[in-house]
Amino acid sequence: MSVLYISVAVALLLTIVLSLGYVFRQPGRADSLLAALLFGSTGVPLVLVLGRGLGLARALDIALVFALLAAVLGVAFVLRGWPDDDSKEDLQP
Amino acid sequence: MILQIFDWVLLPVIVALAWRSLNDRDLFRAVIKFIALGLLLAVAWVRLRAPDVALAEAAVGSGLTGALILSALVRMRRREQAATSEATGGIEVMRRVSIGILSLALFAALCWAVVALPARPTGLTEASLARLSESGVTNPVTAVLLNYRGYDTLLEVGVLLLAIIGVWSLRRGELPAADLSDRPLLLSLLRVVLPVLVLAAGYMLWIGAFAPGGAFQGGALLGGALVLLMLGGLARRVVNRSRLLRAGLVLGVLVFAMVCAITLLLTGGFLQYPSGSGGAWIMVIESAALISIGLTLGLLYLGGRPTGGQGDSADRSSSDHA
Amino acid sequence: MSVLDVLTGLLLTAAVFFFVAGTVGLLRFPDIYSRLHALTKADNVGVGLTVLALMLQAENGSEIFKLGLIWVLVLVASATVSFLIGNEAYRRGQKPWTRGTP
Repeated sequence: MSVLYISVAVALLLTIVLSLGYVFRQPGRADSLLAALLFGSTGVPLVLVLGRGLGLARALDIALVFALLAAVLGVAFVLRGWPDDDSKEDLQP
Repeated sequence: MILQIFDWVLLPVIVALAWRSLNDRDLFRAVIKFIALGLLLAVAWVRLRAPDVALAEAAVGSGLTGALILSALVRMRRREQAATSEATGGIEVMRRVSIGILSLALFAALCWAVVALPARPTGLTEASLARLSESGVTNPVTAVLLNYRGYDTLLEVGVLLLAIIGVWSLRRGELPAADLSDRPLLLSLLRVVLPVLVLAAGYMLWIGAFAPGGAFQGGALLGGALVLLMLGGLARRVVNRSRLLRAGLVLGVLVFAMVCAITLLLTGGFLQYPSGSGGAWIMVIESAALISIGLTLGLLYLGGRPTGGQGDSADRSSSDHA
Repeated sequence: MSVLDVLTGLLLTAAVFFFVAGTVGLLRFPDIYSRLHALTKADNVGVGLTVLALMLQAENGSEIFKLGLIWVLVLVASATVSFLIGNEAYRRGQKPWTRGTP
């Protein structure tokens, strides 16, 4: 059974990687906000399934904290981090 | 076998994300990559069967830190348009090459150190596990944090207090103005998530005694609740109660120090708990720390001294019915 | 392999399918609104199926409760965040894709 769980975890990880890769390749900044969505909706099942596959007893708590903080982060990003003006996007790091 | 596939996917992504988050010209996207990195690191900790670290990484490392960096970024207001000189001339190239060599040397030294680790841990693991029953808790991580190495935690809570004092000395914070009137969904979100955040914080506090958890993770959750309140424009009442805020911020260090003094009187040893009562003392310390850490992290998001809170004498918000 | 295990396996496979569908949608749809659709809806179904699958394997009531709580949280959070993103995008003048736009 744990093989099943870990395989699902691998699949989820791959979807996260692909989505992140796509989102960050986009020129506009608005699309990177989608990443904020991604963490919660795909990251949480990843932790759940991975924890179950490894037999980690407290993975549920970790997933709970993940979900809560993904909510906070998502709201923080969308409300406060929107690009004002596309032309002024480039800041020197 | 399948686990190896997982590792081989996760590891390059973490490295690539770390590299890209450093290199992105757009700071906003760099921050998001940083947060993604933090979350993937938390996943890595889960993979390594380290739930305590995973909790801390998810809660504090990427959650709150990400929000803080974002809020700092928003405040930068694109002031910095100063052009840094691109690689021109030999000096610049030499500088970069030498930095590169130093970094590689450091990396090589770290690799060597990791490879040279003994296969079985020969540190204090066995000793600390052997005395666990006397420590007052059954979670070994909590035992280390609040019993064996209690001083370190005392200083950590002190550092947080110093941080908020520093930030408050530098500037006034502005509450973000959020328009809830045409965002009814946001209000619903707050109604659902805030109570769960507070409950989860208490849950982390309670469970820290025998499972991964503790005051820091719970504090991060409380801080997140405060951040949500601020984002929803509902935090004005909270932030204006200046004296209460300051009391809460100091509570952690204060209680910790008092426990040190009391244990000194009771047993002659600084932070040496009288036998059998370790668990109770730890719970007292952690409860106070929870409040302080939560307030500190949430108020750090504000970015400065709360405006309008020069003491509670002018009671503008009539008695707090809440 | 009990019936429960088989059921869990089926649910998890379906969940993976939905997650992949969401990612495909993200990669292929033409504008931010449709991408939001793909991401939010497909991923939420995936989360629901995953939670259901794990509930079948839960050891006691408190695990089932926690799983349900996580599910509700993810649902609420992703629905709200996706609404907020779409709302802001619309306010800032991002036009939806229509057939005929390159």
